[in-house]
Amino acid sequence: MSTSDVTREGVRGQRPGRDAVTGSARVVGEGQRRRHGGRRGGPTRVPDAEFRSYYGRPVLNQVVWEASDIGGYLFLGGLAGASSVLAAGAELTGRDAMARPLKYTALAAISGSVVALVHDLGRPERFLNMLRVVKPTSPMSVGTWILTAYGPLAGVAAVTAATGWFPRIGRAATLGAAAVGPLVATYTAPLVCDTAVPSWHEGYRYMPFLFAASASAAAGGAGLVASPLGQSGPARRAAVGGALVETAVSTAMEHRMGLAGEPYRLGTAGVFVRAAKALTLAGAAGAVLGRRSRAVSALSGAALLAGSACTRLGVFHAGKQSAADPKYTVVPQRRRMAERAAEPAAEQEARAEAAGRTAGRAGSGGAGGGAAGA
Amino acid sequence: MVVRSARGHGDPGESGTGQGYGDEQRERVGFFTDTSVCIGCKACEVACKEWNSVPEDGLDFTAMSFDNSVGLGADTWRHVAFVEQRRPLGHQDAGVGRPAPVDLGMPSTELPGAYTGVEEREEFRWLMASDVCKHCTSAACLDVCPTGSLFRTEFGTVVVQQDICNGCGYCVSACPYGVIDRREDDGRAWKCTMCYDRIGDGMEPACAKACPTDSIQFGNLDELRERAARRLEDLHGAGVSSARLYGEDPGDGVGGNAAFFLLLDEPEVYGMPPDPVVTTRDLPSMWAHAGLAAAALLVGSAAAFAGRRR
Repeated sequence: MSTSDVTREGVRGQRPGRDAVTGSARVVGEGQRRRHGGRRGGPTRVPDAEFRSYYGRPVLNQVVWEASDIGGYLFLGGLAGASSVLAAGAELTGRDAMARPLKYTALAAISGSVVALVHDLGRPERFLNMLRVVKPTSPMSVGTWILTAYGPLAGVAAVTAATGWFPRIGRAATLGAAAVGPLVATYTAPLVCDTAVPSWHEGYRYMPFLFAASASAAAGGAGLVASPLGQSGPARRAAVGGALVETAVSTAMEHRMGLAGEPYRLGTAGVFVRAAKALTLAGAAGAVLGRRSRAVSALSGAALLAGSACTRLGVFHAGKQSAADPKYTVVPQRRRMAERAAEPAAEQEARAEAAGRTAGRAGSGGAGGGAAGA
Repeated sequence: MVVRSARGHGDPGESGTGQGYGDEQRERVGFFTDTSVCIGCKACEVACKEWNSVPEDGLDFTAMSFDNSVGLGADTWRHVAFVEQRRPLGHQDAGVGRPAPVDLGMPSTELPGAYTGVEEREEFRWLMASDVCKHCTSAACLDVCPTGSLFRTEFGTVVVQQDICNGCGYCVSACPYGVIDRREDDGRAWKCTMCYDRIGDGMEPACAKACPTDSIQFGNLDELRERAARRLEDLHGAGVSSARLYGEDPGDGVGGNAAFFLLLDEPEVYGMPPDPVVTTRDLPSMWAHAGLAAAALLVGSAAAFAGRRR
């Protein structure tokens, strides 16, 4: 009746160690996990964690947004907002050949943004329902109102610049767009961070600065592409400053988010993040070294624009990757519970209920968890 | 146009109880799903689909035990999880020689081990649990909805108004439990309504009505919490030390759930997050950081113009 024979290698037909305890969610193989956890050239800073899950299924439902729509919007919104700021500065300092193309850039980018946003809705014909309410708890609602204020200002600024009509109104619109522009560029950070998606939410302290810097690099890049050498000095400085801050904040964010920073180094997100850093740093170097060449400046500007787009797409994909793996949801939450349970008695008293319950759970977990962990 | 208050989160006592309905406010209701008596019959899934006209979304072999509905989504408002566990407890294995033959016995109608004692029972157990929208006290989906389509009912439950939802998908990413989702061919977000149409007429939701073992219990939330506490005590008294309540604590990260559970293992084993927190709890800080970043962008850009004129 037995199918196993004893041989020199052990019992044939029996596979020691392959007896998976159902429900223990060793879904990710050891080799695979090591590959995921390890960074090139150094040990991983986040220790690999044991965790349990339901057949390895994600806890969260996957983000339904399209990378081309919402990832693209994150880039275009930033480009538009920061372009308006630079355009106003250029106009106030008499750099007309820089102000004008940046105003056109802002209008084109914000128009593209609105198209992308409406296109991404499940029911595009109902986009006006966004204007039913004002909800500070919803960054999307706040953003809708910011765009509603900004869009017409950017439009008037661009049209008056093109036609030369109503210069005073044009000036007012230019300044108005510059005032709202920074909000357009940064509100998108709370937009993505105010979700349960680990790699977005955990980065909420860094994301606004990353997006602001990325927007500055992009708008500066647009300025370098479109304006003559004689006037593009401020665009060059904004571009280089933005590029350096963008790269620094991006790196800091990935490494200080704990486990949620891991997706920024993996898969599609990893490709975009690395491409973003390469393009952004190359663009910044080109902008500095090629400041006497119109062609090199324009090329550097294009690299900065591409780098900014890659940054946003990297963030977008990292979020999706973190939502797809239960590890990024379960392990940090387990760690949080363990930390709470380990708090000193005085602090525990302050949180009496929550902490007490955690301790109770930990106590009863012994019987339930053969492969419990974290 | 309506200006919604910034509150509605972080204030569980008020936001979760349907405050603002005045005289029309009703007692807060909920589900207590006692998974220790779930038999995995899926009557809840079927009753839910039938009553709410939820479209069919595929009957697949998932290789996940008897689970063929995978998880909660736009077209699955009740989902029965099936977990098969081998628990090597109390067994000694010398690890030498040929494994001793195991007598599988003849099929019988008796419980395994009924005559031989506990120690002879198989080291195997089923965990079955009917998952559902938690109707959080601090509901992230409701907080982030930009159209006001998601709202808090007079029963304290959270419901999508389908004539308003424009399918932005924000709620999908905000839900810490992976409950609400967008329906592909329809474009709108859907989830459990706790049978808003039924409870308004004094009936219990379809899933609770159909449950043959009363694993799903519907009623006044405070009563359910008391009942759950007693049940937990009984189970612990009977030696089921792995029993624990999930989502019943108003002090947790989502202010407690109107639909809470008695589980026999850690929540993540059933596909639930162990310590969910409503994402909008950190939103004030997010806005502060964004404001600071916007100011930095303005100042930084101004500084770019301050240099040499060229």
